[in-house]
Amino acid sequence: MTNVKVKSVAKTYGPIPVLTDISTEFQEGSFTSLLGPSGSGKTTLLRIIAGFIKPDEGVVMIGNSDVTNVPVWGRNIGMMFQSYALFPHMTIAQNVAFGLERRGIKGEAARKEVDRALEMVRLSGFGDRLPKQLSGGQQQRVALARAIVIKPSVLLLDEPLSALDRRLRQEMQVELLRIQRESGLTTIFVTHDQEEALTLSDKVAILDRGRIVQIGDPETVYEKPLTRFAAEFLGDSNFLSGKVENGAVRLSNGTVVRSDSALPGNGADVTLAIRPEKMSLVTADTQPNKLSARITTVIYAGPVLSYILETPDGLPLKLFAQNRDGRVLREGETVSLSWSPEHTIAVAN
Amino acid sequence: MQNDQLALAQTRGSVDPRVKRPLPAWVSTTALLLPTYGWLTIAIFLPLLTMLAFSFMSATPMGKTPVEFTLKQYRAFIDQPYLLRIGFNSLMMGFWTTLFCAILGFLAAVALVRATVGKTRETLLVLILLPFWTNGLVRVFSWTMVLRENGFLDNILHMVVPDAGSISILYTRYAVVLGLVHGYLPYMILTCYIALVTIDDAIIEAAASLGARWWTILYKILIPMAAPGLISGAVLIFIPVIGSFMEPRILGGRVGVTMGTVIEDQFTQAFNWPLGASLSFTLLAVVLAIFATFSGVLRGRTAG
Repeated sequence: MTNVKVKSVAKTYGPIPVLTDISTEFQEGSFTSLLGPSGSGKTTLLRIIAGFIKPDEGVVMIGNSDVTNVPVWGRNIGMMFQSYALFPHMTIAQNVAFGLERRGIKGEAARKEVDRALEMVRLSGFGDRLPKQLSGGQQQRVALARAIVIKPSVLLLDEPLSALDRRLRQEMQVELLRIQRESGLTTIFVTHDQEEALTLSDKVAILDRGRIVQIGDPETVYEKPLTRFAAEFLGDSNFLSGKVENGAVRLSNGTVVRSDSALPGNGADVTLAIRPEKMSLVTADTQPNKLSARITTVIYAGPVLSYILETPDGLPLKLFAQNRDGRVLREGETVSLSWSPEHTIAVAN
Repeated sequence: MQNDQLALAQTRGSVDPRVKRPLPAWVSTTALLLPTYGWLTIAIFLPLLTMLAFSFMSATPMGKTPVEFTLKQYRAFIDQPYLLRIGFNSLMMGFWTTLFCAILGFLAAVALVRATVGKTRETLLVLILLPFWTNGLVRVFSWTMVLRENGFLDNILHMVVPDAGSISILYTRYAVVLGLVHGYLPYMILTCYIALVTIDDAIIEAAASLGARWWTILYKILIPMAAPGLISGAVLIFIPVIGSFMEPRILGGRVGVTMGTVIEDQFTQAFNWPLGASLSFTLLAVVLAIFATFSGVLRGRTAG
C-alpha cells in the first residue's frame, strides 16, 4: 500500500512522441483510471509504471523508492491483462501460487494464501481446475487473485474487462471495486470505456496525444471539463463559439450567452461547452441562456430521449431529455432550448 | 411448424428432378482420402510388406540359393554380439544429436519469436532453412574441409595461436554428431517456433510482473508450453538420425559404423537383403518401444 509518482516522464518511438512530460501522483489506496482514445499513450504510461517500457526521460517512484531502473520482476506489482494471461499449463492454484513461489513462499503457507485469494474472488474449490475449464469471467477473477495474492505495492489493470460481455463486465466492475476497497491497493486502471472510468474511479485522468489534459475526481472532470477534448471524450457536449462581450459571450448569430466560468477579456475568442442533458425544452423557462432550433432526428431509447437539433444558422446541437411525461416531440418541429449559466463551461480549444 | 417445412422441402426435393440430393458424408470423405491412402499403400505399405517378407527368408530371393522361411535373421543380435554395441552407439548418437538439436533449436526458436524488428524474422528463417536447400552430400563433405587436419578450423586456430596443435576432430563421433546436428537442426527450430509463436506475450509479461526472471520464465513457462514442439521435433530427428548412414560414413570414418551403415552394407555390399530387412525392423521396434515408454511418461506428467 503505497503511492505511485511519475515525474516528467517522456517516451518517443522513432519520431513519434507517445508521452510528453507526464507528471502525476497516484495516491495511496486510490483507484485512478487512465482514460483516452487509442494512441493517447495511456497504455504506454501504465507499462512504464509496470516496468515493461523504459521512459526516455523522467522518474517513476513506487512508495519512496525510485524504480525507474528496476526491472519488472523487481517492482512488486500486480498486473491484469485484457487477455487474462493465465498460464494454461498450470492449475488455478498453481497460477495463483506462481508469484508466491517467486517470493519463496511454498507449501502450507502458500496454500493458505492461495485459498484466501481464491475465496476473495469467490472461486473457492476451483484450485484443481485448468484455466481452459473456466469461463471468461472466472478466468479474469483468477487473474485478479493471482495479482493480489502477492500483496503488490500497486495494482495495474490493462483494460481487464474489455474482453467480457456487457453483463459480466458490470458484475466484474462491482467485484473489482469491492476487492480494491477491501485490499486498499493503489490501483491504476487503463480503459477507453468512459462509463467504466466514471463508475469505478476515485480519480480520472484524461489523456490526449501523450499528455494528461485533466485529472480529478469523476464529478469534477465531468462537470467542469478544462478542454474541448475532455468535454468531448468524456460524455457528450455541445460547443458554442463566440467573442467575449461585457462578461458574456456573443455568438456569431448575435445571441448572447452567459456563463459562470471565468472568461477572458473583451473581444477574446471563447468556446463554451454545454452537456446535452443540461439543456431543456421548456418554453416558459426563466434561464437566461436560450436558443431556438429545429429538431432533425429523434432517438427514442426508453427512459431517455435524444434530440439532434440544428439552429437556423446551421449549428448542430444535441439534447437529452428524461422521458417523464411520455411526450415525444416530432422531427421538423422548431423548439426553444434553455440552460443555466452554471452549466455553460468555457473550455480551452 | 419446422417439421412441416422440412417435410415439404423433402417432398419438393423428390418431385423436382433438378434438385440433387447431397451425397452421404462418408462418400465424400472416402473420395477425398482415396488418393492419399492409395498412394501411401502403393509407395510405402507394399514395399514395407515386401521387406517384412524378406526378413523371414534365408537368402536374397534373386540368387541360385534355395529360399526357405526362417526366423534366424532376427537372431542376428544374439549371433553377432558386436551388433549390440553398434546398436547402442547408434542410439547414443541419436540421443546426443536430439539433445543438442533441442537445446540449440529451442533457443534459436525463442530468438526467432522475439525478432520482431523489420524483416529480421524473415531473414533468420531463410538462414535457418538454407541447410535444407543445399545437397546433403555437399553439406557433409564441406564439413570434412572444415574439420580435417590442416582444415579450415585448424588454419584459423593457427592464425591466432601458431604453436597450437591440431584440433582435428574429423573421423570421431563428435564430427558425426556435429554433422547430424547441422543437418537436422531446422526441424527442431521450426517445430519449436510453431509452438512458441502461439504463446501470448501477455503470459510472459504476467510471469515477469509476478517476479519471474528470464530463467524462471524459460523453465516454468516457455519450455512446458512449447513441449509439444520439442517432442515432435525430437521424434522428427531421432528416428532418421539412428538410421542415418551418410554422415557417419563421411565424417566418422572408422568409428562411423552405425545401424544405418550396417543395414546399408547388407543391401549394397553383402547382398544379404533378409538380414538388412530384419535389422531394419528390429530398429523400428526399438524406436517404437522407446517412444511408447516416453509417451507414457509424458502423459503421466501432464495428467499429474
